[in-house]
Amino acid sequence: MTIQFNEETFRDDYSFRNSDWAIKRFPFPFHEDSYMYSVNMEQHRGGPKGSVYEKRFDVDEHYVSEMRDRALVLADDPLRCQSLPHMTLAGWDTLELIMVSKSEDYPDLFELHRDGNQWHWINKPMGIDQKFTFLDETTLPCGPLEYITRQAQGDYAVLDQRDDMLWMDAGMVTTQADWSLDFDIGMNFFEWHAPVPLAHEMGIFKRALKFLLNIQQGAPARRLNWTMTVNPLLDTSPENYHKWGIQKTELTPENIGSRQHLRVELQTFYRLPRSNALLFPIRCYLISFQDIVTMPKWGRRLHRVIRDLPEELATYKGFIDNRPMMLDYLSQFDDGLPTSPGIWPDLDTEPALQK
Amino acid sequence: MSKFQFPKSITSRPVYGTLAPRPGKAHLMIADAEGAEALLELADRDTDLMAKSHIIYIPKETGDTYVEKLQAVGPAQLYVGPSFEAATQRIRHVLGEAHMGLQVYLSGTEGLMGQAMNEATTAGIPHTAIQTEHRGSVARRMQCVHCKGITEDVMTDPFVCSHCGLNLFVRDHYSRRLAAFQGVCIDAEDPGNVPDPVELYK
Amino acid sequence: MSASPQKAKAGAEKLDVVVSAVVPLNDLVTRFEFKRSDGQDFPPFSAGAHTVVEMHDEGRTRLNPYSLMSDPADTSTYAISVRRDDEGRGGSLFLHRKVSEGDQMVITYPVNLFSLDLRAGKHIFFAGGIGITPFMAMIEQLERSNGHWELHYSARSPELASYAGDLQSKHPANVHVYYDSKGEAIDLEHLLDGQPLGTHAYVCGPAGMIKWVHDTATAHGWPDDNVHSEEFLAPQPGKPFQVRLCKSDLTIDVGENESLLEAMERCGVDAPFLCRGGACGQCETDVVESDGTFLHRDHWLEGEDHASGKKIMPCVSRFVGKSLVLDR
Repeated sequence: MTIQFNEETFRDDYSFRNSDWAIKRFPFPFHEDSYMYSVNMEQHRGGPKGSVYEKRFDVDEHYVSEMRDRALVLADDPLRCQSLPHMTLAGWDTLELIMVSKSEDYPDLFELHRDGNQWHWINKPMGIDQKFTFLDETTLPCGPLEYITRQAQGDYAVLDQRDDMLWMDAGMVTTQADWSLDFDIGMNFFEWHAPVPLAHEMGIFKRALKFLLNIQQGAPARRLNWTMTVNPLLDTSPENYHKWGIQKTELTPENIGSRQHLRVELQTFYRLPRSNALLFPIRCYLISFQDIVTMPKWGRRLHRVIRDLPEELATYKGFIDNRPMMLDYLSQFDDGLPTSPGIWPDLDTEPALQK
Repeated sequence: MSKFQFPKSITSRPVYGTLAPRPGKAHLMIADAEGAEALLELADRDTDLMAKSHIIYIPKETGDTYVEKLQAVGPAQLYVGPSFEAATQRIRHVLGEAHMGLQVYLSGTEGLMGQAMNEATTAGIPHTAIQTEHRGSVARRMQCVHCKGITEDVMTDPFVCSHCGLNLFVRDHYSRRLAAFQGVCIDAEDPGNVPDPVELYK
Repeated sequence: MSASPQKAKAGAEKLDVVVSAVVPLNDLVTRFEFKRSDGQDFPPFSAGAHTVVEMHDEGRTRLNPYSLMSDPADTSTYAISVRRDDEGRGGSLFLHRKVSEGDQMVITYPVNLFSLDLRAGKHIFFAGGIGITPFMAMIEQLERSNGHWELHYSARSPELASYAGDLQSKHPANVHVYYDSKGEAIDLEHLLDGQPLGTHAYVCGPAGMIKWVHDTATAHGWPDDNVHSEEFLAPQPGKPFQVRLCKSDLTIDVGENESLLEAMERCGVDAPFLCRGGACGQCETDVVESDGTFLHRDHWLEGEDHASGKKIMPCVSRFVGKSLVLDR
């Protein structure tokens, strides 16, 4: 399949759009009509054809525009990509994993030719043709982590594993749900999750850490996480919060369908072979409310989840003030019919909206 | 009373203990202001300790009265300096020359302990092996997440960033690498609506 | 996430391999080299990793962990070096006596429970006997990245000091070998005393040596986080005992020469595991009821867990008594 790449923006005029294809394959995060934290891990070994789970690193119609947006963020603030000195090997691991995966999974878009440590990388969508020496930083225009993650959608946290703990010691973070790599770099797993409410008390992070420490080479895992964003803004960073925070107050009953977006993170976890670090890609998918409700099951379910979400979570996810307006909008798409279990839209079996 | 019991908080917020003598050939103690009291108590608990110790002390406004007492406990070396910045080169030199087994003790304000810990961890001592004891002011060293500037000795919430002028609220989220708490714009969603500053822990 | 989440499998991913060389090094130690059966390259690995080797010995399946000692950057070959243990349960004897070049075997993907701390300004290695194997890979990895390291290797005699000669001739300034037969010993106190801040120590060898390095380092004020060790325990034989597995609704007998984990596997119970040597924590199992004494041998559980009688690591630990019921 050849992907038609969108020409779009994630700032200013927000021309980002999802095609029908992108809506159908959207990673809807709720497998039932309610939501609470859980470790919800599963193996990351493919998924239904065409779904976002099929390939190791999903490439979609937003690829080229997302990479352009990342370059703008980095030009503005180079601290969004950092690597502590001992993480260079993990950076090469990351580069190798992404280049090998993309060239095998999308041979029409990416090519990797290797002769020992002499590597030749071709990225057709971005027009990149690079010869370099693997494990020799002097042969790339920037560090290996920055080099490859300027060409791969989603954020990347690279976690060193020491003393039965994970440490956030490197990353590329420009499409984040309001956390700062520059502030959090060097923290351990519990520290960088410290601001998350409820989950610590529930023991979620202890269980998650135990699971992640035991992720082994050749057996990656994945889970979904979600939040809400007004406008298709990828860079909802704390750094720029004083600039974008105001947009949350600009929702109206008239514009909420097009401007309120569900933001879903497909989080994957890979044990990196040479460094024994853990790669934690966090891929962000955005969808407007008006696009979600074109799937009747998703419209019904989203209304119920948002309605019943505990207040602490709505506050932490930053939409407590807008929740009443969201519910007014979403209730139009909830006719009270039951929904089928699981995340898939089940268009063939779920009834159309009955009102 | 210079001891303050911080309320329980999130897991990134440092927790301070009580300094205790540890075995070892070499000991580095870094303190500011009322932090000297913790060192004096340490000297009381182990009378042999100070002869193997290098003390770096920043009296700030309230600590001059402790200098003589620190001299009296007979440290191997005592440096009294005007600021942490002034002491930094000396601290780096001491850590650079030190061997594994060096014991590090920090006491005083959070800003001093945080910055000194950062020097020690950069030199290769894990943060878990460094002892800390809070004494004196509860003022915080804050980083503005927006402009990245550090504002020292913040006493109120919210406060004004000394670099970019934004009104910031004080979070308990703490970075060891920056030795600072995070300050975030308080009126981003309602510009101009800034609550009156309240003294921390009041 | 999906409609039917996949259940995690027990153990690491597997690789089909063919034995490409069997190289006796001395009276006790033999090196086994593997190539992939499908002709592909192996995945790269991080120094300190082990692989679990599957052995089918007259109807019994043995799964033993061995450190990968080949060059981590060489993806054409994996190698392990195995010391023959005449008193053991037979894994090393099987390899020494029954495995030869050209044999097909199954091993797992690398799993690392003993990795280098890449922040270290200096790495100091202490090896005892066959404990040299993970350091062979660590040295190769550090040589490639210009790491600062030194090795102190203690062996019974020059004849039994596997790889000592190679290491000394390749790295004369970094390698120090001590022979019991010549009355030589590592001057540990002196070595630990003079190291620059940021040094990390690693020890692999007999239990007594590991304890000695940890204790001496602690006494010299070394932080625990700077001392790393790995000791794989082989499950010890013991008196047979019976176990009730309540989730599986089975009562099974654990034989004298098999571990509790192996007995569960023999009876078709899919129990989680990774290292099979009491180190990784994967097989931790809750005890529902017990009337008897636990023989805890793992490095994973805390002392209070051992004392509580509420948890057991079935890969290495056993039980003596009237009845034991596990939540498995």
